[in-house]
Amino acid sequence: MKGYANNILYINLRTGKTKTEPLGEEMARKFLGGAGFGIKMITDYQRPNTDAFDPENPIVYSCGTFCGMMVSGSASKWGVAAKSPQSQGLGESYSTGFFGSELRRAGYDIVVVTGKAERPSYLYLEDDSVQILDASHLWGKNNWDTEDIIKSDLGDPGVRVASIGPAGEKLVRFSAIINDRLRAAGRTGMGAVMGSKNLKAVAVRGFNDVEVADVDGFKEMALEIYEKTKGPETEKYRNLGTAANVLTLNKQAAMPTRNWQDAVFEKADKISGEASNEMYVEKIQACDSCGMRCEHVAVVREGPFKGAIGRVEYEPSYAFGSCTGVDRPDAIVRAVQLCDLYGTDALSTGVVVAFAMEAYEKGIITKEDTGGIELEFGNAEGMCDMVEKIALREDIGDLLAEGVERAAAKLGKGSEKFAMHIKGVEMTGYDVRGLKTCALGYAVSRRGADHQRHGAYGPDLGGQVDRFKAEKGRGQLVIDGEDLYSVMDSLIICKFSRRIWDYESYAKMYTLATGIPMTAEEMRRCGERISNLGKIYNLREGIGREKDTLPIRCMTDPIKSGVAKGSLVTQEELDLLLDDYYETRGWSKEGIPSDAKLKELGLESYAGYLEDLKNTDSKKKSGKKKTTKKTKRD
Amino acid sequence: MVKIHKFVSCDPDLCTGCTVCEYACSLEKDGVFNPIRSRIRALRVYPSGNLAIACRMCEDAPCVIACPRDALQQSEEDGHIIVDEDKCNGCGWCVEACDFGAITVGPDKIAIVCDLCDGEPKCIDVCPVEALSLQSRETKARKSRISATAARILADAASEADK
Ligand code: SF4
Ligand code: SF4
Ligand code: SF4
Repeated sequence: MKGYANNILYINLRTGKTKTEPLGEEMARKFLGGAGFGIKMITDYQRPNTDAFDPENPIVYSCGTFCGMMVSGSASKWGVAAKSPQSQGLGESYSTGFFGSELRRAGYDIVVVTGKAERPSYLYLEDDSVQILDASHLWGKNNWDTEDIIKSDLGDPGVRVASIGPAGEKLVRFSAIINDRLRAAGRTGMGAVMGSKNLKAVAVRGFNDVEVADVDGFKEMALEIYEKTKGPETEKYRNLGTAANVLTLNKQAAMPTRNWQDAVFEKADKISGEASNEMYVEKIQACDSCGMRCEHVAVVREGPFKGAIGRVEYEPSYAFGSCTGVDRPDAIVRAVQLCDLYGTDALSTGVVVAFAMEAYEKGIITKEDTGGIELEFGNAEGMCDMVEKIALREDIGDLLAEGVERAAAKLGKGSEKFAMHIKGVEMTGYDVRGLKTCALGYAVSRRGADHQRHGAYGPDLGGQVDRFKAEKGRGQLVIDGEDLYSVMDSLIICKFSRRIWDYESYAKMYTLATGIPMTAEEMRRCGERISNLGKIYNLREGIGREKDTLPIRCMTDPIKSGVAKGSLVTQEELDLLLDDYYETRGWSKEGIPSDAKLKELGLESYAGYLEDLKNTDSKKKSGKKKTTKKTKRD
Repeated sequence: MVKIHKFVSCDPDLCTGCTVCEYACSLEKDGVFNPIRSRIRALRVYPSGNLAIACRMCEDAPCVIACPRDALQQSEEDGHIIVDEDKCNGCGWCVEACDFGAITVGPDKIAIVCDLCDGEPKCIDVCPVEALSLQSRETKARKSRISATAARILADAASEADK
């Protein structure tokens, strides 16, 4: 098999022992790379019900299938998976830049790290050499300094670094891993898992060739794809970038505002992609191998946020813009930079600050708690100060660092009604109250609140369905999206190029690269398999139907203005959507995959994890409430 | 007749740092992907300085002069550096002589440098943003003169308007 390095590396930070094992063709064919590898490895190597911060909780880094190859935007996509400190379920996140190709050239498809190092450490992989090096001098340093110091310590500017900042060290639950300065594996707190292992960074350098099976065929197809990346399907990302969504979503009353009190931000034009591009974006650059380019690098040259450097994207414009009521693009750039430096997920961070703002305005937290910050909606400086306090766990920042679910549980006073999260993971920027297919996608998303598992806003906003209506059939739409995205996150193909690919072309490129025969239908099956395994993992860790839900506010407070005025998702609607989705998936009413489904996907060996749950399920039906699980545990 | 050599030149304003040129070059030359086999190397200086560099086809090329084994020769035709693979032992004196890092010693321990792909530069073909082109020093200088003059005229016009 070509393409892959055919090598899994295991490192135990406690014992310092390392070993390698071939990847094998079956693993490659069934799970592809990226998400598939990550989910499979944590399911297999993590003891059920391990706490996210348990030293034995494995963290898995994986290359996308096409790492190191000339596939537009795909050569450096890498993933990370582990039990999430936020959801205590599946944690997974993906990043790009230049780290992934280096990892593949170093000769690894997967790196599994377990154990906790005795003192702050970092890993250095250079081809066959695997070293656990002292990171005492890096502890407390921000991500940009950490990258610079490691490169200079190792004497090689070609080293690539994925690191955590002070937030990860302090176990801020939504900590990110940052590589190449501006790229983040942001969601689900993977940086905190590194912190809990005393693992400051993974540095890699690789000199091996990456070979493909059919050189001529590959070249021809790769060039065709590059041609397509210049076409209309990717134009948006080359021009305004995702920030173009600010005005689009706002017009659709789908841009959550002031912690989701509304879905229309009256000052959207001030933070629009158009405005930030005009004022602050100095360069649009690309990731490794990308033919599209979307990285809008903004530099603030004057004013209170002078010197700020960050990427402009829609999601942070929501999180640090509409959601906090802040109408200054320069403040958004600064907040994003703080997240990159300290190492927190910009999305969660913004939503956490917005939560704190609402709590402040309602008098649930006071100026004393905030260390003197007048944390009202719209306070740009206050927002940035709060981001630092959260990352460093100062004042109320210490509680907020736990995320909105845990913070609300502690604060009480009704604050859980405006804690915007699903499965403990803060909401991303699509107001699902008026996007009902999307609402289902969010509710069932395996890594908590997220639009990136399914893209189910597509049918709603594209007018393919009535976005305000919950009805049968939406399940299939979400499933189609999920399985496709499972493939995209495994091959890891940039989602911004999704319109120039389909299962057919994924399969063809896969075969040209690896030599492993693959059809479009088999590729789709891989997606379904990976989606199902993610579900099995979550079920095993205790995340069942009751967690496939929406934030309380989305089900009780309707949108106040715009075209979606009056919309919300009722429990009844959600139940209808869930029933339809589970049934279409071939799962029980409680969301448990049937034996037939497992068999069909070649996942029979995981049936054992579901046995107990099925018993609970049938007991529930016969009225004897969930006793099985309890007695089992005692 | 004076021969004016052309070389692969990169416009830093356009270059996105995507390294697609590196992939294409190593694929063309060695049939595999590996930046250390590429004759052009893209570079990013944080946060957003991007440039790809290949051989400049210098006159009286310093690399040729530096080679202690006479393994390098400059083509009369187009000025590219011809590496005699039998003579080259990968000592790296040429690497030190080149101010641009344009010549390197590849994994096969032989100096590698841009040969313009027999007149059909693959990197130029593939660059997604057309940042690469064949330039001679004369054309390059002329373009710089034009843009400098244009900037000057614009600045003058602006200060006129200020008055
Ligand atoms: S392919 Fe073009 S844009 Fe990309 S690094 Fe090379 S010169 Fe720059
Ligand atoms: S390799 Fe360097 S020194 Fe030699 S001709 Fe090219 S640019 Fe000049
Ligand atoms: S012209 Fe050919 S040899 Fe020279 S850098 Fe470009 S692809 Fe490589």
